[in-house]
Amino acid sequence: MSKKTYINGVGCISTQKTFDTVFLEEAVVNHNENVLAIVPPAYKEYISPAASRRMAKGVKNGIVASALAMKDANVENVDAIITGTGLGCIEDSEKFLKSILDNNEEFLTPTSFIQSTHNTVGAQIALLQQCKGYNFTYVNGAVSFESALLDAKMQIEENEANSILVGGVDENGDYTTSLFKLAGRIKKENDLPSNVLNANSTGVVYGEGASFFVLENEKKDSTYAEILDVEIKNSLEENEVEEALILFLKSNHLEITDLDAVVLGFDGNSDSDSYYRNLSENAFVKTPQLYYKHLSGAYDTASAFALWMASKILKTQEIPEIIKVNSVVKPTYNTILLYNQLNGKNHSFTLLSK
Amino acid sequence: MEALKEELKNKIITTLNLEDIAVEDIADNDPLFGDGLGLDSIDALELIVILDKDYGIKLVDPKEGKSIFQSIETMASYISANRTK
Repeated sequence: MSKKTYINGVGCISTQKTFDTVFLEEAVVNHNENVLAIVPPAYKEYISPAASRRMAKGVKNGIVASALAMKDANVENVDAIITGTGLGCIEDSEKFLKSILDNNEEFLTPTSFIQSTHNTVGAQIALLQQCKGYNFTYVNGAVSFESALLDAKMQIEENEANSILVGGVDENGDYTTSLFKLAGRIKKENDLPSNVLNANSTGVVYGEGASFFVLENEKKDSTYAEILDVEIKNSLEENEVEEALILFLKSNHLEITDLDAVVLGFDGNSDSDSYYRNLSENAFVKTPQLYYKHLSGAYDTASAFALWMASKILKTQEIPEIIKVNSVVKPTYNTILLYNQLNGKNHSFTLLSK
Repeated sequence: MEALKEELKNKIITTLNLEDIAVEDIADNDPLFGDGLGLDSIDALELIVILDKDYGIKLVDPKEGKSIFQSIETMASYISANRTK
């Protein structure tokens, strides 16, 4: 019989103060910027100055988020580390490429090259924890985190590992965000202030962050939720989403009416938010609906922030006003569905229960 | 020579991201590796690039590095004697 997968510890570094807080009580929506920066923790409490001097912020955030998750789960080591990232260590990639151009392909220094690979975060976490087990990084656009989560869930189900650290991490790089602005992927300054729920312009407010989770095969006092299922669909038309969702729920012996809340990935892009809007105004009209990218910003692994949020809700049974889409409430929150997509591609469904 | 030593200290702090160290914390004869500043092999590569890029010195014999990079004093002496720019 396959093992169940429990979230026993969480850690989140984001564009909100999500460390040293209870649950988004200090959250603030920033309508006036189109690229949001993380609220940095005190890195020195987690990483020695000698180790941190070569690390870009994404690596440091991943290390701190994973340390928070492990402390929360009260574990000192894990069997595997699985990371999802859309752009990897883009800051050091930019630095290295700029150095190639500036120095006419001469005088290349090793540090930024070493730190520029996508698997740097997972590798540095493993080095610090002396974890010599399975270490894998998924780079699959907006389903990078879900790919990591699915791998972790299958490994626990198949008894390949008892405990796994899984996370999603992305950082903003100045040059990359300038290209995203040129390409229209980031909202234009003229279209600010932004309104994620009722967008009337294209592009998104970009963000960055790192969210890590300790998954284990046994329920503990620290357990937040059980991960019932994760499904990835690379391509779905707007009119196919509801049916795909119903089939996903059915395969878990559930119907839409069984859901106590749904977390939708509204990102304020008027070109593709209709995917969420259709569900919000029809299938989920009687379900408590939540959103998060107005707090976290949009980035490839922002859905890891959503999992952090849903885990907190299941444990605390509280939903902060700042994440509510509608006013529907339930007496208890036992089953939550997360749905995310990016520009009509890379759809993911993640199902949690208390 | 004193100006060069000061320059080297600043370059090392900036290039190697030694966030908690100031120029005054590095004595001219402090060992750069091991017990002194605690630099490692990746830093050694960065120092070789500084010599090449900023002073026009190409180290052809890696064994030379050990004596050249012993301290700020030894680095400055070697640069003064061999710099091409």
